[in-house]
Amino acid sequence: MDWNFIIFSAVKIAVVIGVVQGMVAYAVLAERKISAWIQDRVGPNRTAPPFAKHIPVLGRLLTRLGMFQPLADGLKFMFKEDFTPAGVRKIYFFLAPAIAVIPAMLTVAVIPFGSVLGGQKMVIADLNVGILYTFGIVSLGVYGIVLAGYAANSKFPFLGGIRSSAQMISYEISMGLSVIPVLLIVGNLNLGQIIGWQAQHGWLILYAPLAFVIFLVASFAETNRLPFDLPEAETELVGGYHTEYGSMKFALFFLGEYSNMIASSGMMVTLFFGGWTLPFWGLDHPAATLVSGIIHILIFLVKMAAFIVLFIWVRWMFPRFRYDQLMDLGWRRFLPLALVNILITAIILWMRA
Amino acid sequence: MEQSQLMQYLPVLMLIVVAIGFAAGTLTISVFLGQSAKRTKAKDMAYECGANPIGENTPRFSIKFHLVAMLFILFDIEVVFLYPWAVVYRDMLADHATRNLILGSMISFMFILFAGYLYALKKKAFDWKN
Repeated sequence: MDWNFIIFSAVKIAVVIGVVQGMVAYAVLAERKISAWIQDRVGPNRTAPPFAKHIPVLGRLLTRLGMFQPLADGLKFMFKEDFTPAGVRKIYFFLAPAIAVIPAMLTVAVIPFGSVLGGQKMVIADLNVGILYTFGIVSLGVYGIVLAGYAANSKFPFLGGIRSSAQMISYEISMGLSVIPVLLIVGNLNLGQIIGWQAQHGWLILYAPLAFVIFLVASFAETNRLPFDLPEAETELVGGYHTEYGSMKFALFFLGEYSNMIASSGMMVTLFFGGWTLPFWGLDHPAATLVSGIIHILIFLVKMAAFIVLFIWVRWMFPRFRYDQLMDLGWRRFLPLALVNILITAIILWMRA
Repeated sequence: MEQSQLMQYLPVLMLIVVAIGFAAGTLTISVFLGQSAKRTKAKDMAYECGANPIGENTPRFSIKFHLVAMLFILFDIEVVFLYPWAVVYRDMLADHATRNLILGSMISFMFILFAGYLYALKKKAFDWKN
């Protein structure tokens, strides 16, 4: 047994999980703030612990920005009544939120969030099946939602669960197919190698723009975000699959959704936008010093944050799709488009070789 | 540091343990910390916009959803078959002997699948309007 390896892995897991949870909390705040700005409101601006007003300038500023809101939200989730309605299927009712959140946490394992820091590769598991692992885990996320819809034993959650499963599996195909041109060009499934290729030849968005568009739209559908948030369409299905849920169980669904959003932002950055690299100032080589290692991690986080803002922005800018339009887009537009994209990429590579 | 294939998966296993622990932990914490209030009959009811629930709680649903699930399995297997092809494509292009083989085999595979797709399209499997 290599204890060094185990200890470093444990540290990386702890840090990544911590950072992802923090990002989830503040992504919710960002969502509320950005939606407020878009709709000409103020957003959360007064939640603060009692000591905040004693801090000179910073305390007031942080309160204004709503920086303490996620803490209050978290505490509220914990102290709410953990209510289980009498009609539900008890075991599945408890199991569903757990099954929804576990795959969401697992997807970050293969995403390289930096080059090297202190001789350690900045990725939890440097698997050579990289992307395949992600798609495998992402597919498991469907179970949590279907189970939630079934367990609640109520009409709205049931319809939400059914809709969601059909939507997620439909777009998973387009998502899986859209990545294949990238693999054709790079010839490797390992995400670290894909970034290495991009550092040499330029970002893959330049080589496979259509693949990126399909991947982007499919990831909106996979994470159940507006324009495709039909599983929880408030005006039709109340809350969708989590109508009957409350307190921490509801929070776990929320956490799963936002973790998925963060993970797919990370995937898009890694696959199409060069991961932790920048094409200038020599930032596209694995870091030699501690400082450049940290800069690489910061670059990755900034790119990821940009995608999260895009997710939020789109949510407040577009109306919801109708269900038949959603299925139409997935099966009749994106599926053939992705197939044609693969064929064209393959033929171009064949002619060039 | 050279690691065996199996060792690479150890962090994944650790992450699975952490994730399961996190999910179980938060669910248990909320059971203990959450205040319990009175149970009433109305509170136990399935939510239906304030009215009493009518009829079955798990209504019948369109067969279309089942059809989508079947088609998903079909096309997802296709995706899985395409992955190994995509990974070796560059290497086999470089070799003159296998150059046309790798492209031709996949085009024929995709042609057969596209025929199946067109059949499903003709049978209105993707038609959700009615």
